[in-house]
Amino acid sequence: MTQTNGTAHTEHTDATPLFEVDDLHVSVEGREILRGVNLRVRPGEIHALMGRNGSGKSTLANALMGHPKYLVTSGRVRLDGEDILGLKPDERARLGLFLAFQNPISIPGVGTGNFLRAAVKAVRGTESINAVQFRKELNERMQRLQMDPSFATRALNEGFSGGEKKRAEMLQLAMLKPRLAILDEPDSGLDIDAVRIVSEGINLVHEQQPETGLLLITHYQRILNYIKPDTVHVMVKGRIVESGGAELVQELESAGYAPILRRLGIEDEEEAPVSGR
Amino acid sequence: MAVKAQDLTKDYKYGFSDPEQYAFKSRRGLDREIVEQISGYKHEPDWMLQFRLRALEIFLKKPMPTWPAANLSEIDFQNIFYYVRPSENTAEKNWEDVPSYIKDTFDKLGIPEAERKFLAGVSAQYESEVVYHSIREDLEKQGVIFLDMDSGLREYPDLVKEYFGTIIPAADNKFSALNSAVWSGGSFIYVPKNTHVEIPLQAYFRINAENMGQFERTLIIADEGSRVHYIEGCTAPIYSSDSLHSAVVELIAKRGAHIRYTTIQNWSNNVYNLVTKRAVAYEDATVEWVDGNLGSKVTMKYPAVYLLGERARAEILSVAFAGQGQLQDAGGKVVHVAPNTTSTITSKSISKDGGRAAYRGLLKVGKGAEHSKAFVRCDALLLDEKSRSDTYPSIEIDEERVDIGHEATVSKVSDEQLFYLQSRGLSETEAKTMIVNGFFEAFTKELPMEYAVELNRLLALQMEGSIG
Repeated sequence: MTQTNGTAHTEHTDATPLFEVDDLHVSVEGREILRGVNLRVRPGEIHALMGRNGSGKSTLANALMGHPKYLVTSGRVRLDGEDILGLKPDERARLGLFLAFQNPISIPGVGTGNFLRAAVKAVRGTESINAVQFRKELNERMQRLQMDPSFATRALNEGFSGGEKKRAEMLQLAMLKPRLAILDEPDSGLDIDAVRIVSEGINLVHEQQPETGLLLITHYQRILNYIKPDTVHVMVKGRIVESGGAELVQELESAGYAPILRRLGIEDEEEAPVSGR
Repeated sequence: MAVKAQDLTKDYKYGFSDPEQYAFKSRRGLDREIVEQISGYKHEPDWMLQFRLRALEIFLKKPMPTWPAANLSEIDFQNIFYYVRPSENTAEKNWEDVPSYIKDTFDKLGIPEAERKFLAGVSAQYESEVVYHSIREDLEKQGVIFLDMDSGLREYPDLVKEYFGTIIPAADNKFSALNSAVWSGGSFIYVPKNTHVEIPLQAYFRINAENMGQFERTLIIADEGSRVHYIEGCTAPIYSSDSLHSAVVELIAKRGAHIRYTTIQNWSNNVYNLVTKRAVAYEDATVEWVDGNLGSKVTMKYPAVYLLGERARAEILSVAFAGQGQLQDAGGKVVHVAPNTTSTITSKSISKDGGRAAYRGLLKVGKGAEHSKAFVRCDALLLDEKSRSDTYPSIEIDEERVDIGHEATVSKVSDEQLFYLQSRGLSETEAKTMIVNGFFEAFTKELPMEYAVELNRLLALQMEGSIG
């Protein structure tokens, strides 16, 4: 059964939501991109957020993490009941929020291993982890992601191939053990083998940290052959217009977005140039 | 937000000073009598006194250079103490024999500790004189000479006379003339043929008194096929008025020799640091200057290499961090004289809180230095809008069959980089510090581990307390 009320509520109202987004409006450079997004993620749930290019998926990811360029004009976002919109990105990260970037930026001269050590210390803080334990954990995680050990000594994202960047993001996801992870198109630009490896990395996190909520943003259903979401959302023009189960993925796969848009009475602007309003 | 003066100095942990308990302190100012006094105190041979007096005349005659970005006319040469002898005995071989207050100072700076851990020899200069000196016995047995310059002159007068002032004549510039007139301390190193000194020799320079002038003089001769790595570090207390540090360093790399000279300059922000450093490299020799400038009020320093023999090689790596009120005018010079010579100059500068960093370099390829290769790269990182970076690359090529490259970049810390690192739990300051450390990585990775750790710690201190 699919719901068409534009919110992300699923049936189990008994569990306390881990992550709550209420009527979120976000502008970038004076232009409104998100126009009232609602979302509930409970511990351990996997949510897939699908939509065409330009529908606002990445804007949502960046705004939730607190990028200064994305201005929240109204709405509320809570992680474990705490309002996070007034917090800096690093404060959000320390509360357990994580964003796997679609195009992670390079930091020249900063070794990936050293960076991760600093990040783990900052985020996992009180959970003391010494250098030996850290190395052991890092090596195990890298092995699972089929990454060469030399990876740890390379400068962060510097000269990484597309696939290496995505894997490095999944490595960070695994090492930082967030409460809620937003994965912004972890599959984009990857060949089928790389999609499988990245998916296995995500599934491993799901298995080893069963309380972690995942919001998987994707453009293609391909990655959903490997990852089984509890809930699927469709985003159109800055709103979640439809939420449902895995059958929604099948519908999109076979017929595209047009039937859903028609059903909801939304004008299809696929061929029209993107314009401000 | 402006940073208050005291904020600048609060994290400079070397800013303490000792009460003065000196054996001798010359009166303020400079004239013939002072020069004669210094030379007399050291019981020098007459040729050295004559060398000093000629240099004094040159210094007095030479006009102050007008091209620097710093206003050097602010230096009051008559207000400076040119010679301060901390104790009657100098260059002690036993740490126990060093006066206790000086020992305490160097203990705080971690000097003897570092020696025990990873150095082949140590020299510690306090004001004008080297107070402690040691070298590992096995190196001494191999004929390696590592002395303070004054002892070098006494014990090896012929060797010193043959090379002293030949690479940098007194008349080279106003400050080399000044140093030649009043020099005291510094290191004298000779490495015999085919002898490899695998672990570094270190000299540590400390200014303690206010309005002090420190003029050490270093001469390193690496004989054919030998190798040596020399490291120097320096600090000073914080005073309200300025001190002057003006060194002259001459390196001679004979056929097939390899010299690396590493500097971590961390003077307090009231020291004028005006230093002349030059090396000659003969056939198949390599000279590397690894030059880091974090401290001082004004630094002007352009380590140079003259490639005199075929296939000689020069590497100059210069990094500078210019914070509030600082001018770091640094760079390098390479002159290709012989064919098939190669050189690389890499300059990295960071400017912050209105600080000013400049790359000033000379690359010269003479007629006949055919098939030479040279590459110059300057990267500047600006941490805010009010800071400044300038590049003055001078390239003179008089030979056609050469391969020359030059690249320069100026960058800012990008919002995207900060956001990325912050999204991983690092605060804005931590994120910026990490980016800065990464920017200097090419330099840091060339340092022995202990120095690299210390440098990153110093950078972290420089980055704190000014964001907002």
